[in-house]
Amino acid sequence: MSTDTLDAPVVETVKMNGLQAINAALMEAMEADPKVLVLGEDIADNEGGGVVGVTRGLSTKFGTMRVRSTPISEQAIIGAAIGAAMGGYKPVAEIMLMNFTTVAMDMIVNHAAKLRFMSGGQSQVPMVIRTLTGAGNQTAGQHADFYEAWFCHTAGIKVVIPWTPADFKGLYLSAIQDPDPVIIVESGKTLFVPMDVPVNQGPIPLGKANVVAPGSQITIVSYGQMMFTVMQAYEELTKAGVSVEVIDLRTISPWDKETVLASAEKTGRLLVVHEAGRNFGPGAEIAATVQETLFGKLKAPVGRLGAPYCSVPFAKKLEDAFLVQPPEIIAEAQRLVAMG
Amino acid sequence: MSEILENRATPDAKTQLDIYRRMIRIERNDDATRTQIRRGRITAPYYSARGQECIPSAISVLLNDDDKICTIYRGIHDMVAKDMPLRPLWAEICGRVDGTCKGKGGPMHLTHPETGVMVTTGIVGSSMPIANGFGWAALLDGTKQVTVAYFGDGASNIGAFHEALNLASVWKLPVIFVCQNNGFAEHTRYENGTSVDQISKRAIGYGMPGYTVDGNDPVDVYAHAHAAIARARAGEGPTLLECKTFRFMGHVFGDADGYMTKEEKAEAMAKDPLPIYRQKLIDDGIATAEELDALTAKIEAEVNDAIEFAMACDYPSDDELRRDVFAEEIPA
Repeated sequence: MSTDTLDAPVVETVKMNGLQAINAALMEAMEADPKVLVLGEDIADNEGGGVVGVTRGLSTKFGTMRVRSTPISEQAIIGAAIGAAMGGYKPVAEIMLMNFTTVAMDMIVNHAAKLRFMSGGQSQVPMVIRTLTGAGNQTAGQHADFYEAWFCHTAGIKVVIPWTPADFKGLYLSAIQDPDPVIIVESGKTLFVPMDVPVNQGPIPLGKANVVAPGSQITIVSYGQMMFTVMQAYEELTKAGVSVEVIDLRTISPWDKETVLASAEKTGRLLVVHEAGRNFGPGAEIAATVQETLFGKLKAPVGRLGAPYCSVPFAKKLEDAFLVQPPEIIAEAQRLVAMG
Repeated sequence: MSEILENRATPDAKTQLDIYRRMIRIERNDDATRTQIRRGRITAPYYSARGQECIPSAISVLLNDDDKICTIYRGIHDMVAKDMPLRPLWAEICGRVDGTCKGKGGPMHLTHPETGVMVTTGIVGSSMPIANGFGWAALLDGTKQVTVAYFGDGASNIGAFHEALNLASVWKLPVIFVCQNNGFAEHTRYENGTSVDQISKRAIGYGMPGYTVDGNDPVDVYAHAHAAIARARAGEGPTLLECKTFRFMGHVFGDADGYMTKEEKAEAMAKDPLPIYRQKLIDDGIATAEELDALTAKIEAEVNDAIEFAMACDYPSDDELRRDVFAEEIPA
């Protein structure tokens, strides 16, 4: 799916899902660099290698001093990661679900993100926070939220939400070696859908979007598991004769303004789609930036689709209504294309 | 009940004098800070630790430069005891570019890795979870380094304390949790906010030794810190030390102290550790009054030099807003 691979001559690929790709990235990173550590609830093999098995095999291979299961203590997990990072290590801390980051917000926001700045550059906190989320499994309002806007609003932490397994591998390899804290969000479906991953997939730089499909009439920007929905809409729109350029943002903060602005300038129309709430969501920042920069060059106002202003509901019927579905994307894209 | 320490180590004469040197360095520095605030030469919220000098002084004589401390907004005494140089300290509290954090942290958030001052947090309780990470790193490095997490009695009621002590115990981390119990959590009396009469009792719940010590008695603090640090260096895990003391200048310098009685404050100040310890050193023949006066004069000169250095430094340029957010500077 990725043009990173489309443009390459002939790349040998292997089918794997996101879960396997992250596992491969962690294995490779730990093998190459003895400073890389992993910690979190249930992550060692004794405890099952992670709640969905992302870290399976790591503790058996690298030992439980480098791959440590922790108590259910999110502040203690992030605190230990911060101290170890400042002490010269590169910890990858798992917060099982994104809703549980709320329990560790002081450590993430007041400390991990700020210590470099507040110490005048003396402190470095090169750590990765892994966390899983996403609606679609009827886990309701405390196990499925997308809180990336909170972290994007915090200076000093990078926010990455990959879609494809290849991106997971490449972005993890970069994030682990990044000198600053990075939070990587694993959204439900992205862990389980197999796709082609280049053998020897190397690091993919943070902060770079991926133009997944070129088009001329409208740009659709999305990320994470919402990309599956966007791609369904893309197929339908293409059949209907609408030329859509699809951009997978991949890194939400700092985001790739250059790629998004260039595409919006070319197509003259932009639609941002995310699973996070529409109110004050990342789409608002993207829309504002695009309108500030391209006012007068756009053929339609920037469109935004996201979750309604309510908690993630339980009942399947409500959950389906809560999530942005392909028909809404198709309708909104067609509405924008019909303008101007 | 707090545990009773057997085999108490005692500081030799040289060490006792070194503890006093650190205490007087803290006291002179604190006095100068309050003077400069009163004169309007610095503008910053200041959380004086006057009265608490003994605790970090008696602990720091047992620490090496590469041993680490994580402390809190009322923590400048902890840094001065760790022998942080005063010039960058003063430049920082004056908000100057030559400050240890380039004027971006201020008096509540000083950092000076060369002397092991790793984190100073303005958030109650947050020194402890981070100290654990340094402990984990020391175990992985295979060094004998220890980390001291300083905090107040109020912090023993926040979740971070409980999560951090539990993890440190389970992982047998070389961390010493030092509670400087000055009797007040901001304006709230100890007994109105804390469920046990001794914070050290909470150590039982986390499977580590816990001691309540007289935080105004250098010999008592030294003996317990010695045991805790030896235990940590031997790989046996953490200790909780509760050092009972009093803060003479209220929560934030300038507050009206309305939450304590005059009698109570006078009684506490009569136990000021500095004159008492000074007299003890003279009585025990460890130093003469003249020698101690000369030491004080030398330290006053160091403090004055630092103040004048800081006042002559430049303020940071606005470009600093784009620096140190990430390793890579944010483009203008």
